[in-house]
Amino acid sequence: MVLAFALVLAGASGAGARPQPTYGLGRPATPREIAGWDIDARADGAGLPPGHGAVSDGQAIFEHRCAACHGENGEGGAADALVGGAGTLATAKPVRTVGNYWPYATTLFDYVRRAMPFNAPQSLTADQTYAVVAYVLFLNHIVPAKAVLDAKTLAAVKMPNRGGFRSPDPRPDAP
Amino acid sequence: MGAASIKPSEAQADVADNLPPNVPEWMKAQGAPVLHPAYGVPSPFEADVVRRARSRARMSTAASSTTPLQDLHGIVTPNGLHFERHHAGVPTIDPEQHRLMVHGMVDRPLIFTMAEIMRFPSQSHLYFLECSGNGSFAGLPSTATAQDTHGLISCCEWTGVPLATVLAEAGVQPHAAWVLAEGADGAGMTRSIPIAKAMDDALLAYAQNGERLRPEQGYPLRLFLPGYEGNMSVKWLRRLKIGDQPFETREETSKYTDLMPDGTARQFTFVMEARSVITHPSGGQTLDGHGFHEIAGLAWSGHGKITRVEVSVDGGAHWRDAKLQTPVLPKCLTRFRAAWTWDGAPARLQSRATDESGYVQPTRDMLVGARGLNSGYHDNAIHTWGVLADGSVINAT
Repeated sequence: MVLAFALVLAGASGAGARPQPTYGLGRPATPREIAGWDIDARADGAGLPPGHGAVSDGQAIFEHRCAACHGENGEGGAADALVGGAGTLATAKPVRTVGNYWPYATTLFDYVRRAMPFNAPQSLTADQTYAVVAYVLFLNHIVPAKAVLDAKTLAAVKMPNRGGFRSPDPRPDAP
Repeated sequence: MGAASIKPSEAQADVADNLPPNVPEWMKAQGAPVLHPAYGVPSPFEADVVRRARSRARMSTAASSTTPLQDLHGIVTPNGLHFERHHAGVPTIDPEQHRLMVHGMVDRPLIFTMAEIMRFPSQSHLYFLECSGNGSFAGLPSTATAQDTHGLISCCEWTGVPLATVLAEAGVQPHAAWVLAEGADGAGMTRSIPIAKAMDDALLAYAQNGERLRPEQGYPLRLFLPGYEGNMSVKWLRRLKIGDQPFETREETSKYTDLMPDGTARQFTFVMEARSVITHPSGGQTLDGHGFHEIAGLAWSGHGKITRVEVSVDGGAHWRDAKLQTPVLPKCLTRFRAAWTWDGAPARLQSRATDESGYVQPTRDMLVGARGLNSGYHDNAIHTWGVLADGSVINAT
């Protein structure tokens, strides 16, 4: 509570009087340390690394590193389907895939970069990640076969279900 | 069970020998010495009180296991029975090699060792943790137990440093609105946390029920967001990045979003609304004869304290108040109890919780009416157990 009060006071007195540490614990994180761990990519493209990847390169990576779990054409298997589901979201049996559900292409990059392949997370280079993301988007008819994605072009990809999400939380909704 | 190696005929003889008027064998000899084992474990006769896989997982490291609610008493979940949900297995992390990085929209990007985290002023709170996938809009078979229907909830005393304290060390800048929390597992689990929640009651927890976190609960450090869906309480916490918009991670877009009948999905539905379940009698149990049976169960709300629990033995036609066992704490399991005399007729047992916001736990029909059958998460409907004439209890939801 004391800290919160201090923050309010500092905020009221304007810039230049920002609160200082109370306990003096921790040490400064260096830019190099941050760069190594700062792996998220936001919907506006912030955080996407330099590099680029083509659909054609992504196909080879996909077949080698992804298809065993996600199916040869991303149709799913031991792991989620990445392709398909168009027109099913409002039906009794919705199928949710990258193509018909995911609102942002950047999320696919972020997730592959941090968590895939399942048996070797964080093993793909930035170029490889762009390439495999491009291939999954190609399988969903979202980018053309000749597409080459980088930070700028990936962030510009408009996903089919971009407008499919609602917030804030409308609950309580029952009763 | 622990006596499984004893043949039934021998076991029967042993039982008779140990019952009045005979002196039981365990009174005629010394028992096991101290430190056997050094870290105590349950009686071998409780060997079936264990977590169970929620369903057959396609990937054993991206799976969940459930708490045996039907076998537990009071409100605290023993650490070894806390439910699990992992996305890339349980990492083995040497706390000496673990670091927490705080950066983004802060005046001072910082790195903390675990020793430094543990030097901050600390707090302990009893809180429930519930996976928002705890339940099934599609229903489960009549053989389902409370562990099957509600077992993705647990309750522990969590100890750590308020997240607000650590963020103040880094100096959160104006216009900060969201905090990205990232785990040090193979999934690099990430969720975006509203800054208001981060500054309210969020905890950087390093202990549960008095001992350091279990590896499967995030050892050596986890985020804990009281009352919010469990996935957001990121385990093995290694990084907090402050930003001005949500990070739109996989877990808050493709998962943990609630699909509505019109094909749109609700996003950022964080709070676990009031819910309750009768744990005794519950699915898979058998009433041992007519007469007195105590109905007992658990109630909870992510909005605060439970103020009332009602029970029905006729499928919701009539309700009466259950007694709430103290302590009744916010965002914590509350134990309720109600006396019941079973006359041998089939019965339908239900419980209905009300929280301090005035919210009343809805029926399944109300919930499905509002959200359809495909929203997947946040099932908090009233649950029904059926008691059959032979005393067996089945899932009737």
